[in-house]
Amino acid sequence: MDMKATKKKLGMKERYRALTRDLGWEPSYQDKDAIFPYASYEGIKVHDWDKWEDPFRLTMDAYWKYQAEKERKFYAIIDAHAQNNGHLNITDARYLSALKIFLQAISPGEYAAHKGFARAGREFPGVGTQVACQMQAIDELRHAQTQIHAMSNYNRYYDGFHAFADARDRIWYTSVARSFFDDAMSAGPFEFMIAIGFSFEYVLTNLLFVPFMSGAAYNGDMATVTFGFSAQSDEARHMTLGLECIKFMLEQDPDNLPIVQAWIDKWFWRGFRVLGLVSTMMDYMLPKRVMSWREAWDIYGVENGGALFKDLARYGIRPPKGWDDAEKAIDHMSHQFMLGLYQWSFGTSFHSWIPSDEDMDWLSAKYPDTFDKYYRPRWAHIRKLKAAGTPFKNYGLARLCQCCQLPSVFTEPDDPTLTCHRETVYKGEKYQFCSDGCMDIFNNEPEKYIQSWLPMPALFSELGGDVGAWMNWVSLRDGVDNGDYDGSTDQQHFNEWRGLATSNL
Amino acid sequence: MSTVFIALQANEDTRPIIDAIALDNPAAVINRQPAMVKIDAPDHLVIRRETIEDQLGRAYDLQELQINLITLSGNVDEDDDTLTLTWNS
Repeated sequence: MDMKATKKKLGMKERYRALTRDLGWEPSYQDKDAIFPYASYEGIKVHDWDKWEDPFRLTMDAYWKYQAEKERKFYAIIDAHAQNNGHLNITDARYLSALKIFLQAISPGEYAAHKGFARAGREFPGVGTQVACQMQAIDELRHAQTQIHAMSNYNRYYDGFHAFADARDRIWYTSVARSFFDDAMSAGPFEFMIAIGFSFEYVLTNLLFVPFMSGAAYNGDMATVTFGFSAQSDEARHMTLGLECIKFMLEQDPDNLPIVQAWIDKWFWRGFRVLGLVSTMMDYMLPKRVMSWREAWDIYGVENGGALFKDLARYGIRPPKGWDDAEKAIDHMSHQFMLGLYQWSFGTSFHSWIPSDEDMDWLSAKYPDTFDKYYRPRWAHIRKLKAAGTPFKNYGLARLCQCCQLPSVFTEPDDPTLTCHRETVYKGEKYQFCSDGCMDIFNNEPEKYIQSWLPMPALFSELGGDVGAWMNWVSLRDGVDNGDYDGSTDQQHFNEWRGLATSNL
Repeated sequence: MSTVFIALQANEDTRPIIDAIALDNPAAVINRQPAMVKIDAPDHLVIRRETIEDQLGRAYDLQELQINLITLSGNVDEDDDTLTLTWNS
């Protein structure tokens, strides 16, 4: 594909230097501070922007060439998926719940990241950083588009995909991801880089894209593997940008260390909460599972995150403050989330279900210290209620955390039998939190978080508590998009169509 | 000691690249997973253009790796001839 006829005149390093040198000039009739008004208010001191270099040294010509190649590969497979009944080749339609969450909560996050990097590329004074942010802005837009395009094939056959844009803005679980990106985009450019470039991309996206996409491959979902790996091929560059930016800030001035550390503490915890939903997608929603959330965390959290923070220790950086609490939550969170999703399934634009005996045996084997002790008995009870014709539904609305916006379904780090709940009073108003991590973030910037739009209080303040009106507003079709997978039209259609596809009746 | 890694899509393009990485990094461990190959190495991993060209039988631009790259870990440095990943240097 890439035969070289003649040797290039300049080497990679020279080409990169020529690009960045020629784009950077000293302004003569405008003040530099007026051109880059957001570069200093966060307190980060930079003495020499030229010290920042993209270690991949990607120039624009190479960028367009390789991105075009990725797109050609992607669309070849998307076409094949549509032409070959790809929607029937998945293990079973339960799998689609994971995709619906992805489309409603994560793809819009890609679009938000696009907007954020477009802005950061404008606001940073350094040319190397501007170019890398500009490339990342285009990448993130590509991710949103390719994901929506890949999943549109499923929308022709299954429920719950049709209104992802409304879901993104309005449904309670999507506001978790939305508030994460809104929080990052309304911060300054340096904090944005730590939030998305470092905490989200470097520390956490491996957990989202790598084992989950491998899981999609196991479940016969060619479309998702393709958009996942196509997006992830850009992530290696994004992670590297995040890591380079953090090293750059720490090398420029020792005064930057406490500011950077505080952002790492904040954004690790914000990211950990957002990606919590992935734990449930991996442990419960893949009919054919590739590895447990615990196993993925050991590789990409403990081993890889550990290596990263050990390497950064030379600058005085320590692991994020919530690191130990995160570790204590790993063996519990997917079960706590799934129990939450099941009991509030009237309000989700995807299906949940009671795990089968086989599923529960797998969970016991993967979570020997927690599943049988704390969670199997609850599922057994819920199953008994369903068999008796009185399925467990919680029509009460969840108490949301003012920071991460998740229902407070988590337990105390050191006591899995006690729900974790924190509250604080600010200017005479009471605010609730799911964890110490979230409360600390609020206490550090209360004026920001008291402005949060929280979906549960909004249901009362804006719709008078009318759940039917709320469903219309979020474009959720009751009895179609929501509820138990068992008995759903997705289940019925998949079984019927798969039967038709494999027989001549 | 920490683990650096690189993960590539499992396909025809990457087969000779993975062989080249194995040749250049005797301490590397190759993990074959569904649809991907993850290569782990202690503290340091080097990818050399020349070794890939020997395996591939044609000229190769190291930046072509971008197409099939899934993820990596470690501090990156790339020039025309090598891409290195390192922790704790």
